Amino acid sequence: MSEQATITTNSEITETPNAPVSHEATLFAEPLGHIGSLTVTNSLLASWISVVILVIFLLSVGKKVKKVPRGIQNIFEIILEKALELADSVTGSRKKSEKFLPISLALFLFIFVNNWMGLLPGMGTIGFNEVEGGHKLFIPLFRGGTADINTTLALALFAVVASHIAGVLTVGAWNYFNKFVNIKLLLEIPGKIRKDFTIVLVNPIKIFVGLVEIISEFAKMASLTFRLFGNIFAGEVLLASMMALFAYILPLPFMFLEMIVGIIQALIFSILAMVYMTIATEEHEH
Amino acid sequence: MDMTMLAKALAIGIGSIAPAFAIGKIGAKAMESIGRNPECAEKILLPMLLAAAFAEAVAIYALVIAFSIK
Repeated sequence: MSEQATITTNSEITETPNAPVSHEATLFAEPLGHIGSLTVTNSLLASWISVVILVIFLLSVGKKVKKVPRGIQNIFEIILEKALELADSVTGSRKKSEKFLPISLALFLFIFVNNWMGLLPGMGTIGFNEVEGGHKLFIPLFRGGTADINTTLALALFAVVASHIAGVLTVGAWNYFNKFVNIKLLLEIPGKIRKDFTIVLVNPIKIFVGLVEIISEFAKMASLTFRLFGNIFAGEVLLASMMALFAYILPLPFMFLEMIVGIIQALIFSILAMVYMTIATEEHEH
Repeated sequence: MDMTMLAKALAIGIGSIAPAFAIGKIGAKAMESIGRNPECAEKILLPMLLAAAFAEAVAIYALVIAFSIK
């Protein structure tokens, strides 16, 4: 990754005058240590911190839930109502919204807190130096949680597998399996061939479409992963470049851009998860 | 001859032509429909943002490739 944007600071040079420390924006998160055989990276640390923040915040609301809301409970009731309305416009029925909202809202809150935490001062700047391959490298202690492909891949897998499980639970395993590998239509051909001759031409096409849908499942996973990762990572690199250019007023509009992008990407991820779950649980379409 | 820099530049350069065009068209259609029906401005905003984010994702794929070319 030596071609990446290298930003060298003066303070490091005065400490060890012979060795300039290179600050590089790496595609993969830097490892900080190991717990057993699990590599703890700086993005993982930031994700843990955001989970702690969310748990503390939500527990403090959930403990004292009153019939007549006051204070913070008001905010959460507003959030929940707006989220249910948005979910209704996506799924079309209140019953389905209530079933799918926990997963979508959890995804939204997690991704939202992670995206905005990557913008706080101290993320990417507080760290330590490590000697690697003959020259000193600066390793930041924190890095935005969603700026790591592992996190976004895990979230995308979770969303897609949740849609499959929701489909199997709703329409039954045989029906759901036939959405992809359409054995039902194959068995129908000899039975209906007298009534309607065109079924020999139409059904193989439908079977082929079902097989292509398997490929589109993988495309869903890839697109969810790279959309979230690319937006947040590119935002980090952009902010670092702007600050290297002129650190005082220039990064301000880009900070606003990153805040907006953080909200929008979290919203899109959770809405897409809900859309996939809705499509998977659709009953018979003729 | 080391073409890495050229490859990176071409990847992101060519890869962002079509998404920029697409987002422009989405915005233009949204403006047009708001002009025809000014009351529905908030209702149009959310689907427009959704469609714009989808179109932008393709440019982001190109950017990730540009970053990962060594």
